[in-house]
Amino acid sequence: MLDKVTKQKLVVIGNGMAGIRTVEALLERAPDLYDITVFGSEPYGNYNRILLSPVLAGEKTVDDIMLNTVDWYEDNNITLRKGETISMIDRRTCEVVTATGERTPYDRLLIATGSNPIVLPLPGKDLPGVIGFRDIYDVDRMIEASTAYRNAIVIGGGLLGLEAANGLMKRGMNVTVVHLLDTLMERQLDPVAGGLLRKSLEERGMVFKMPAQTQAILGEDRVTGVRFADGTEMAADLVVMAVGIRPNFELAKKAGLYCERGIVVSDTMQTYDGRIYAVGECVQHRRQVYGLVAPLFEQAKVCANHLAMKGFATYDGSVTSTKLKVTGIDLFSAGDFAPGPDKEEIVLQDANRGVYKRIILKDKKIVGAVLYGDTIDGPWYFQHLRDGTDVSHMRERLVFGAANLGEGGVSGQSSVAAMSDETEICGCNGVCKGAIVKAISDKKLFTLDDVRAHTKASSSCGSCTGLVEQVLAFTLGGDYSAAPKVKPLCKCTDHSHDDVRRVIIEQQLKSIPHVMRFMEWKTPNGCHSCRPALNYYLVATWPGEYRDDQQSRFINERVHANIQKDGTYSVVPRMWGGVTTPNELRAIADVADKFNIPTVKVTGGQRIDLLGVKKEDLPAVWADLNDAGMVSGHAYAKGLRTVKTCVGSEWCRFGTQDSTGLGVKIEKFMWGSWTPAKVKLGVSGCPRNCAEATCKDVGVVCVDSGYEIHFAGAAGLHIKGTEFLTKVETEDEALEVIVALTQLYREEGWYLERMYKWCDRVGLEQIRKRVVDDVKNRKALFERFAHSQQFAQTDPWAERASRGVDRNEFAPLAELEFA
Amino acid sequence: MTQWIKIGALTDIPRLGSRVVRTPGGNVAVFRTEKDDVFALDDRCPHKGGPLSQGIVHNKRVTCPLHNFVIELATGEAVAPDEGCTRAHPAKVENGVVWLSLRQTVPAS
Repeated sequence: MLDKVTKQKLVVIGNGMAGIRTVEALLERAPDLYDITVFGSEPYGNYNRILLSPVLAGEKTVDDIMLNTVDWYEDNNITLRKGETISMIDRRTCEVVTATGERTPYDRLLIATGSNPIVLPLPGKDLPGVIGFRDIYDVDRMIEASTAYRNAIVIGGGLLGLEAANGLMKRGMNVTVVHLLDTLMERQLDPVAGGLLRKSLEERGMVFKMPAQTQAILGEDRVTGVRFADGTEMAADLVVMAVGIRPNFELAKKAGLYCERGIVVSDTMQTYDGRIYAVGECVQHRRQVYGLVAPLFEQAKVCANHLAMKGFATYDGSVTSTKLKVTGIDLFSAGDFAPGPDKEEIVLQDANRGVYKRIILKDKKIVGAVLYGDTIDGPWYFQHLRDGTDVSHMRERLVFGAANLGEGGVSGQSSVAAMSDETEICGCNGVCKGAIVKAISDKKLFTLDDVRAHTKASSSCGSCTGLVEQVLAFTLGGDYSAAPKVKPLCKCTDHSHDDVRRVIIEQQLKSIPHVMRFMEWKTPNGCHSCRPALNYYLVATWPGEYRDDQQSRFINERVHANIQKDGTYSVVPRMWGGVTTPNELRAIADVADKFNIPTVKVTGGQRIDLLGVKKEDLPAVWADLNDAGMVSGHAYAKGLRTVKTCVGSEWCRFGTQDSTGLGVKIEKFMWGSWTPAKVKLGVSGCPRNCAEATCKDVGVVCVDSGYEIHFAGAAGLHIKGTEFLTKVETEDEALEVIVALTQLYREEGWYLERMYKWCDRVGLEQIRKRVVDDVKNRKALFERFAHSQQFAQTDPWAERASRGVDRNEFAPLAELEFA
Repeated sequence: MTQWIKIGALTDIPRLGSRVVRTPGGNVAVFRTEKDDVFALDDRCPHKGGPLSQGIVHNKRVTCPLHNFVIELATGEAVAPDEGCTRAHPAKVENGVVWLSLRQTVPAS
C-alpha cells in the first residue's frame, strides 16, 4: 500500500450522487491510488436526490434516502469536508480554495457541482415563502410551510413541479400548478398523455392554471400571491419555483475551463484541463446536458476507469427514460416522440381503462415511447430502443407488449405496483417482491446487477428481468440506472462479445491468454463467465488449430455428463432421430442394473436419461454403452442436442415425407458441433407437426411438395413460434440450408445467446439474405461447417472410456484412511 | 503441531483445476492456480453443498458449478455479496510434491 505522502491527491468538489458514485467506482478499481478529499456545501453525507419527492410526500424519511453516511467516508479513508464551499479553483498552483480562504492542493480534480434550480427573474422572487425544490433544505422548508399555511402555488408543470405539488398536497395543502404551456411534462409527454395525467391529478384535487405566465410574486413581508400576465391574481402563502434546473458551472467557468451550457467534457469525462474531470448534471457531453440520474452512473464509471488509469472506456452518451414519482400514477416515457415526416407511430388508446400507449418508429426501430396507465412494458420498449433492434417482424403486435409476443416468459404478470410483497418475482430463486424492495432500500441498490448480486433475483434464467427492473424503478421511484447499451462480455473486460469475436479474427488470436493479453483483460485469468465464452469463440473460429481448454469449460462439458444437485451426474446416450433398438434398450437396462443407477427417465428430446451416476463410474458406464454402439448424446453441451422426429411417411398414414430418415441424416451430419447455446431440431412429416418442429431452434415441416424450413423458435423460458425461413424441394437442399444457418449462428451468435435471441438481434431478413438468397454464401457456410466437423465428430465418451483421455478427472488424487 | 500428509505430485492437478482427496471426514478439494499455488477446501459449497472441485478456477477463486457462488480459495469465504464459508485446510508444494494438513473439527468444549 502506498502511504499518504506518496499517494496522488484527488479532490472532489460536490458531495452528491455523481461525485460519490465516481469515488465508489474508483475505490473498486484502484482502492489505494489516491488520497481523496470531498468538499460538499450541504451539511450531510451523500443522499439520493431523486428520492426527495417521496420525502416531501411523507412516504420516506431523510434517513431512508442517505446513501453514504459519515462513517462510510471514514471507513474508506476519505476526508469529507461537509458544509464547506469551494469558491475558487487555482489551476496555476493546482489548488482549490474554500470560501474561508483555505487552500487544498490536488493532482487530479473532479468537479461534480450538479445543478441549481432556475429562479425566474420575477419581482418578489426573494420574498420569504418563495422557494425552489432541489435539496433537503428546500424540502424542510416546504414541510414547515405545510404545517403553518394552507395555499400553495407551484410554478412549473414539469416532472419536478408535479412531484412538488403532489408532495405538498399529501401534506394537506391546497395546491395550484401554474404552467406556461398547455401540456403537462411537455418534454416527456405528448398532449394526449399529458391530458390523461392532468385528469387524474385533478381527480386527486390538484388545480391547474395553464397556459399561464407568471408576471410577479406579490407580498410585502411574506408572499401573499402571484399575478399573471393576463392581469389576474391568485392568493398563496407558499410559492414553489420548479421550472427546471440549470447546470452549476460558475466555479469551472471562473477557473477558465471551457463551458457552454455546462462544463464541456470529452468521452473520458475530462474538461479542457486534462487534470480536471467533471461528471453529472454540471457537464455538457456531445452537446447534451442530462438532468436524470441514469446517465450519471454511466459517466461515473468511465470517469473512475480513467482516474484509475485503466484506460480505454469511453462515455458515448445516454438515452434516458422517465417515470413520474407520484404514487398510483403509472407513466413512462423514453426517447424522442416528437412527430416528424420520417417517423411512424403506433397508438393504442382506451379511455375507459385510462390506458394510452404510443410507440414511435423510425427506420424499423423504436425511437420513442410514451406509456400511460399501463407501463409494464416500459423497460422492454426501452431495451429495444437502446439496442436499436429491428422490430419490423413484430410490428403488428408491438403495441401489446412483451407478454403478447411471448417474451414475458412464464410469469405473465401485470403491474408490479399492484403486487403484494409476497408475490414471487423470481421463480428460479424464490425471491418475492418484498425481499427485492427491502434489499434495494436497505442496501442502497441502483442497478439490475446490484439486485442480482444481492438477492439472486433474475440471476438464473433471467425471464423476470423486466419485472425486477420494474421493481427497481418503482422502489427508487424514478429513473434508475439501466444496463448500458453495449454490454461488456463480463466484469473482467469492457469489450463486448462482438468486439472480442472480431479481434480474435483480425489479430489471429488463438489462445485464451493471447486474447486476454491483447484485449487488456482486467483479471489475471478471467472468470466463470468469460472463460467458457472465449473458449467457444476460439473453438468456433479456429477448428483444428485451437486446442480446447478443458479448464475453461463448465463441468458438464468437461466431463461430458450433466451435474445434478447432489454432485452425481446424468448420462444420456444419443438416439439418432429418437430411434432405438431392442439391443440398445437392453444395454441401457444392463448398465442401470450394473451401476445401481437410481433413476431412468425419458427426456423431452426422445432419449433416455440415466440419473444419479457417480463421477468415478462414468468411464465404465460409457464403455458399456459404447460396446452396444451408443455414443454421447451431448445432452450437456452448448452444441447440437437432438433432432426430434415423428414417424413420417414410413408408417404414418398422413406422412408426406420420410421425416425420421431426414432427422437421422441431419443429426448424423451435425452431431458433435459446438454452438453459442444449445441447438434443438425437429422434423415433422406433415403440417400436423407431431415433432413440434415449430418451437425448435430449427424445425422442418414436410409438405407434399417439399420441406419448409423454420427457425428461431423456443419453448422454454420464452414461448416463441419459429419464423419461416424458406421452402426447398429436396432433402439435400434442406440439409444445406439448415447447416448454413447453424454455421452463421456459430460465427455470429454471442455465447449463451439462443438462436431466437440472435435472430431478434440480427434480424430475420439479414439472415435470410445470407443463408437463402445468396447461394454462394450458403455453400461457403456449409463448407466451413463441414470442415469444422472433421475435428468435432469424435465420441468424447469413447475417448475417455477406452483411450484414457483425462483419466485424472475421474479418479481421486488420494484416499486418506485417517483424518 | 501441523501434521503434513503427502497427497501427490503437483502435476497431477491441472493448472486452474482441482482434484479430490477422499478422507473419512468427507471429500477435500485441492486446487492449483495458474501460478502453481495450491489450496485445499472442504468439497462443499456453503450455499447448497455443491462440489467445489468441479468448478471453474480463476485467479485465487473457484465458482461453484451449481449456482455460481464464488469462493476464495485461501479462506473458503464466499465473495460478497454472497455469504457463507467452507472450511479451508493448509496445503503446500515442496519440490513438486503437494502436502495437505487436515484441519479437524474442533470439538465443542
